[in-house]
Amino acid sequence: MAVKDYIRERFFPHIWCPGCGHGIVLNGLIRAVEKLGVQKNEIVMVSGIGCSARIAGYLDFHTMHTLHGRALGFATGIKLSRPELKVIVPMGDGDALAIGGNHFIHAARRNIDMTAIVMNNRIYGMTGGQYSPLSGYGILASTAPYTSVDQSFDIVQLAAAAGATFVARTTAYHIQQMIELLQEAILHKGFSVVEVMSQCPTYFGRRNREGDAVAMLKHMQKITTPIGSKAKAENPELIERGVFVRKELPEYCEAYDTIIRRAKEGK
Amino acid sequence: MSDNIRFVQGNEACVEGALYAGLEFFAGYPITPSTEIAEQLSSRLPKIGGKFIQMEDEIASMCAIVGASLTGRKVMTATSGPGFSLKQEALGYAIMAEIPCVIVNVQRGGPSTGIPTHVHQGDVNQARWGTHGDHAIIVFTASNHQDVFAMTVEAFNIAETYRTPVVLLFDEVVGHMRERLVLPQPGEIPIVERLRTSVPQGVNYHPYLPREDGRLPMSDFGAFHRYNVTGLFHDMWGFPSDDHEVVHDLLRHLMDKIENRTNQLAKFKEFYTEDAEVLLISYGSTARSARDLVEQRRRRGESFGLLELLTLWPFPNDLVRKKAANAKYVVVAEMNTGQICQSVRLAVDQPERVFLANRIDGEFISPDDIHKTVRLIRGKGV
Repeated sequence: MAVKDYIRERFFPHIWCPGCGHGIVLNGLIRAVEKLGVQKNEIVMVSGIGCSARIAGYLDFHTMHTLHGRALGFATGIKLSRPELKVIVPMGDGDALAIGGNHFIHAARRNIDMTAIVMNNRIYGMTGGQYSPLSGYGILASTAPYTSVDQSFDIVQLAAAAGATFVARTTAYHIQQMIELLQEAILHKGFSVVEVMSQCPTYFGRRNREGDAVAMLKHMQKITTPIGSKAKAENPELIERGVFVRKELPEYCEAYDTIIRRAKEGK
Repeated sequence: MSDNIRFVQGNEACVEGALYAGLEFFAGYPITPSTEIAEQLSSRLPKIGGKFIQMEDEIASMCAIVGASLTGRKVMTATSGPGFSLKQEALGYAIMAEIPCVIVNVQRGGPSTGIPTHVHQGDVNQARWGTHGDHAIIVFTASNHQDVFAMTVEAFNIAETYRTPVVLLFDEVVGHMRERLVLPQPGEIPIVERLRTSVPQGVNYHPYLPREDGRLPMSDFGAFHRYNVTGLFHDMWGFPSDDHEVVHDLLRHLMDKIENRTNQLAKFKEFYTEDAEVLLISYGSTARSARDLVEQRRRRGESFGLLELLTLWPFPNDLVRKKAANAKYVVVAEMNTGQICQSVRLAVDQPERVFLANRIDGEFISPDDIHKTVRLIRGKGV
């Protein structure tokens, strides 16, 4: 199927700023779904609030645009109720890890089969550029005019520690890797997390003098490296890309099915 | 004892009512005095192939039931005051996105952590206005287990009929007290099933385009119609819109579908109201003491009557005005500082005749407590 068969053209143009990385994620996601050959009717996309959350409305799946930070709560209800559906949850960094942090770690702990995509642009874009839990120390934001003194999360480490059974990271620059990782994450039986480092030239880039979208993309290329690369050994500051966790644990809905069997048998 | 007679807590009567109505999915979080509802459903639901999940908090529980409802399930959550506060945001989402669900609040004393194991009825106005923004809401209550069962079934029926959340506002006394419950036979109480769209595959389905009768047929997530659901103001496709006409029309629709049916939704019981000189108005466990007082005074030849409200919101203004028209004194008995009393005063023609008989210390209000107030009003001393 062509890319345009996956989008709701009626609702375009989209709301994202020129140069926003989220459109690249939208593109990558469509290509991942297309390569997997999953039917549109089998996919439910549940999002929260923020620039990232608008991705859901543009796609011709069953789509639910919910509350800030709560997408995983709604998604859990959908998945447990209809385990045969594929549930994809695109989130922003503030959405997933500030207001939605509790839901994020508990969805990971349960190992419920869904794919969380954290589109990490290190800023609250929709409200005009406030610092997020991923901005990190020393970053300028509209609520950090003297630079942020907050330390940031490492999404990969957090997801892994919370129990996610598939954890990966890529960037908007590495579109081919993104498509591959999203495919594997969607196929993975259990809670999968894909962090996609994304650029916000309008608020993050401009204020922190990272240049335009192209400059920010090139910067992401420069500061990241494949997991276990020689470059990482030489420069520990580099951020690794790839699959960090890939393991099997009982999936929540399947485990609950055994509860149903036992309850029916009276054991 | 016959098979269909049980000796149960009110919380169990609620569970029985929910299962009778077709509950398939429950998400909750432990909180006194509602926990028994979650405990019982964790055992009962899987036996019928239903799903129970204990979420990480009250917020997620509310979100989970809304998600499950969209896939076509009948859903419920249960909580008490502090948890009810946390559920308000997602409750508003269910109002806006028009997703059927039932929320039980077994009230305890507040504000804040309050007095968890004792009775209050302090959440009446929160149930009305807990979530932000202009909205309408349906809130039912009950004073005994047979009514807890019946109103729980009614809550599911109304939620499905009008595509709206319905709040069941019980209280600690009703929730924890044990009494007889006669389980109706299947079919004895009518059950409303979800209205699903008849629009065939391949034809445009508009999830938010009301039919002529105002109802919106649904399509389950996972079925062949794909559409968008949002908490933003939205058009007939379910897509966000800030068009002023769309915003105005949707808000009016959300208000009118409930407020225009106030009289239809007004469930109540009445005892000796026709010639009542002293008309008590009460609800929930307080109505038990009010009824006892009425029976006591009637035996002495005094013309007491009771109007017991089973619907609290939308407030049954016409009903209250009519029933109170000939009473010399209208006494509202409730365990708060006068939340329903306020609404009664607004509803009646002579608000100066309306008095409050209450108790707010966590001790269950007795017939005597109410009577003391009535004596005082009538100038008889305490």
